[in-house]
Amino acid sequence: MCLALPMKLLSRSGDWGIGEIGGVRRQVMLTLTPEANVGQYVIVHTGYAIEILDEDEAERTMDLLDKIGAMES
Amino acid sequence: MRKVANEIKRLRIDRPIRLMEVCGGHTEAIYRFALRDLLPDWIELTSGPGCPVCVTPNGFIDHAVALARLSGVTIATFGDLVRVPGSTQSLAQIRARGGDVRVFYSPMDALYWTRQHPERTVVFLGIGFETTACTIAAVVQECARDGPANFRMLSALKTMPCALAALLSAPDVHIDGLILPGHVTTVTGMADFQFIAHRFAVPCVVSGFEPLDLMETILMLCRQINEGRAKVENQYLRVVRSEGNLHAQKAISRVFKSCDMEWRGFGSISLSGLSLADEFSYLDATHIQVEVEPIREHPGCRCGEVLRGVCRPDDCALFATACTPEEPCGACMVSSEGACAAVYHFAPVADER
Amino acid sequence: MNDKIVTLGHGAGGEAMRRLIRDLFLRYFDSPELAKLADAALLTSNGSRMAFTTDSYVVKPLEFPGGDIGRLCICGTVNDLAVMGAWPQYLSIGLIIEEGLDLRLLERIVASAADTANLAGVKIVTGDTKVVTRGECDGLFINTAGIGACPLGRGLSEQPIEPGDAILVSGTLGDHGVAILNARASLGLDAAVVSDCAPLNGLIAHLLHGPPTVKWMRDPTRGGAASVLIELVDSQSFGVLIREEDIPVKAEVLAVCEILGFDPLHLASEGKVVIVAKGEDARMALQLLKQHPLGRDAAIIGEVTSDGAGAVRLQTASGGMRRLLRPTGELLPRIC
Repeated sequence: MCLALPMKLLSRSGDWGIGEIGGVRRQVMLTLTPEANVGQYVIVHTGYAIEILDEDEAERTMDLLDKIGAMES
Repeated sequence: MRKVANEIKRLRIDRPIRLMEVCGGHTEAIYRFALRDLLPDWIELTSGPGCPVCVTPNGFIDHAVALARLSGVTIATFGDLVRVPGSTQSLAQIRARGGDVRVFYSPMDALYWTRQHPERTVVFLGIGFETTACTIAAVVQECARDGPANFRMLSALKTMPCALAALLSAPDVHIDGLILPGHVTTVTGMADFQFIAHRFAVPCVVSGFEPLDLMETILMLCRQINEGRAKVENQYLRVVRSEGNLHAQKAISRVFKSCDMEWRGFGSISLSGLSLADEFSYLDATHIQVEVEPIREHPGCRCGEVLRGVCRPDDCALFATACTPEEPCGACMVSSEGACAAVYHFAPVADER
Repeated sequence: MNDKIVTLGHGAGGEAMRRLIRDLFLRYFDSPELAKLADAALLTSNGSRMAFTTDSYVVKPLEFPGGDIGRLCICGTVNDLAVMGAWPQYLSIGLIIEEGLDLRLLERIVASAADTANLAGVKIVTGDTKVVTRGECDGLFINTAGIGACPLGRGLSEQPIEPGDAILVSGTLGDHGVAILNARASLGLDAAVVSDCAPLNGLIAHLLHGPPTVKWMRDPTRGGAASVLIELVDSQSFGVLIREEDIPVKAEVLAVCEILGFDPLHLASEGKVVIVAKGEDARMALQLLKQHPLGRDAAIIGEVTSDGAGAVRLQTASGGMRRLLRPTGELLPRIC
C-alpha cells in the first residue's frame, strides 16, 4: 500500500503520461507533478506520480556507499 | 551491504537499542531481505502502526460490507482490503454472496469505471496515509470538476504525525530511534516530523526502500544515538525533499479536513484522520442510509498490541495456529505489509514451532 | 470445514482448494489412484500401463496474447500426461457454450485447439457440446480428458527423491499469469508478455530419451512454481532450497509483480516444467533441455536438502533466507 515505484516517463499529454518500468507501461497521472518532463523518472503510487526522482542524488547515494566501503579497508 | 553492516557493528553501542519503522513498505522490505540477519544482536527492529490496512478497525470493514449488501452499490477498493476480516465478514465473503466488490490499482481507474457504469453507485474505500490521500484528493477534484455523479468515497484516511505522537506518549512503548516512512514524507516533507526530535528527543531518519537504503538509515540512526543527538535526517534524498510535494499538500488541504480517527491499537486519535471538506462533502458515502452491525473484535486477536510494537506477532497465541494468511483472524495477517504476515512468510525455517 | 459456501479462494490452487479436495472430494471419491492427487492417474489395464487425466478451462479472456482457450485446453491436458512420464495419445473435449457466443470466435478457438493437437501429435477422439442460456456461463468453458501410454522415453525413474537431487525449470516463470493480467484491461497494464502456453511432450520426450535420471516433474500452472515445489516436499523427510537469482523470470514479469504486489513464483506458466533430476545428472539434463526450442531458458534453480524437511526455502538475491508458501486466496481468478 505504501508501494511506490520509479517509472520512466515515456510521453506526456496534459495531465497524464505513459510511465514504464521493466518493460511494462501504464498510464500515470501527472496532476501532482506538473513539472515532470519526458525522460525523467517519477515515483508512482496508485497510478499517480508523487515526486520526480533526482538522478544526481541517486548517483550520489551510490557513490557515498562505495566510499564507506573504501574507508573500511 | 556487508560494508554498511560492518560500519554499524563498529559503533559498538553498549546497550540494546530498539528501532521502529512505521511504514508497511519498510516492514516488508526488512523481512524480505532478511536484514535482521545482517545486524548485530544489540539492535532490535520492531514494527509500528505503518500498515494503513492494519490500523483500520473492524468498523470500517463492517460499514463497507453493509454498503456492499445494498443493491445498486459497487464497492471499489484497493486489493489489500478485500480479505481483511470485519466483525463477521470480509469483503471477499460478501462478494461470494453476491456483493459487487471490485479491485482497482488506482483511484483514477475506479473513477473511469464509475463513468462507464452510471447505473451503479460506486463507493471508493479510502484507505491509506498521506501518500494515498493526495492521489485520492486529485481524483476527488477531478470528479467534482467533470463528474460522474454516481461516485462516492468512504474515508478511513489517516495522517501520521498525530499517531506517532500518541505512540511515543504511550507508557508501554519504548523506542530509541524511528525509521520514518519514505513515501509519506515525499508528500508531507520533513517539517511535520520535527516534533519527534524536539519533543520526544528520539532520532529519526527518513528511509528509502532498498535494502541498502534501510541499512544506511540504521547506520545513521545508530550514529545519532551514539553521539546523543536527536534530529530528523533524510536518507532518501533522491526522492524526498525537505519541503515535500507542495502540489500534493495543496490537493490534500483543499479536498480534506482533519478529523478524529479511530486507529486499531490506539483508539481514537484526535485530528489524525482526513474527512471530506465541506465543499466536497456531497461525495461522502456516510450519507448513504445503511445499517452497520455492532462492532466485534476477534477474541484473542492482539493486532492492536502488535501495532504499538509491544507484542511480537509470534507472541500472539493465534499466530500460525488459528490465524494464518489463508484464514486470518486479524488485519495484520492479511496485508502484505502487516507485521504478522511478514513474520509468517519470511521468518526463517529454523524458527518453526 | 468451517466454510459454508464456495468462494473464489477454493479454486485458487492454494490451501483452501487443497482442503476442499481433501475434505470433500477424496472423502467421497474413495480410490487409491485419486488419493495420490498427481497430475495424472497411473493405471494398469490388461497389463498395459497408461496415464489418464482431466482438466477444465475457464480462462478469461478467451483469447489472450500468446494463445486462447483452445490452445490452452489441449496443452494443459497433454502436459499433465507428459509430466507423469506418459506419451499423450488421445483426448476428449467437452464444451459448455453460452448462448450468444460469436460463431467466428468459436471457430477460431476450435481451429486453435485442432492446430495444437496436431502440433502435440494427439488425436481428439470424442467430444460433447452443451449450450446454456445467456448469462449462465461466461462465454465458453471447456473440459478435456486425455489418456496416454507409459512410459514416455525411459519414463520417470523409480528411485526415491533424496538430498542432493537437483531442481530445474525449463524456462521463464509466470509468463502466462502476466499475459492474462495484461489482457484484463481493468489493470491498465501494457506489458509485451505473451502466454507461454505450449505442449511439452516433445521437450519431455527429448529429456526422457536421454541418459539423465529424472525422478519427478510437474507443470507449474495455477499456483505457480511455489505450489508445485510445496507439493513436492509435503510430508516428506527432505526439503527444497531454491536460489532467487537462478530463477529465470522475464524483466516484464518482475515489473508487473512489483507493481501489483505478486510473487512470480505464484503465477501460472502453461509451457514450463519443474524437474527433479539426480544430482550428478543435473548438468546433462540442463543441456538436453536447452537443446530443445522450448527449453532455451532452462536453469538449475536449487536442490533437495536434508534439512528444512517439508519446507521450501528461498535464498533471496540479497543473501537472506525465507520460506516459500502457497499463494493465499484468489490472486487472480480465471487464470486458466
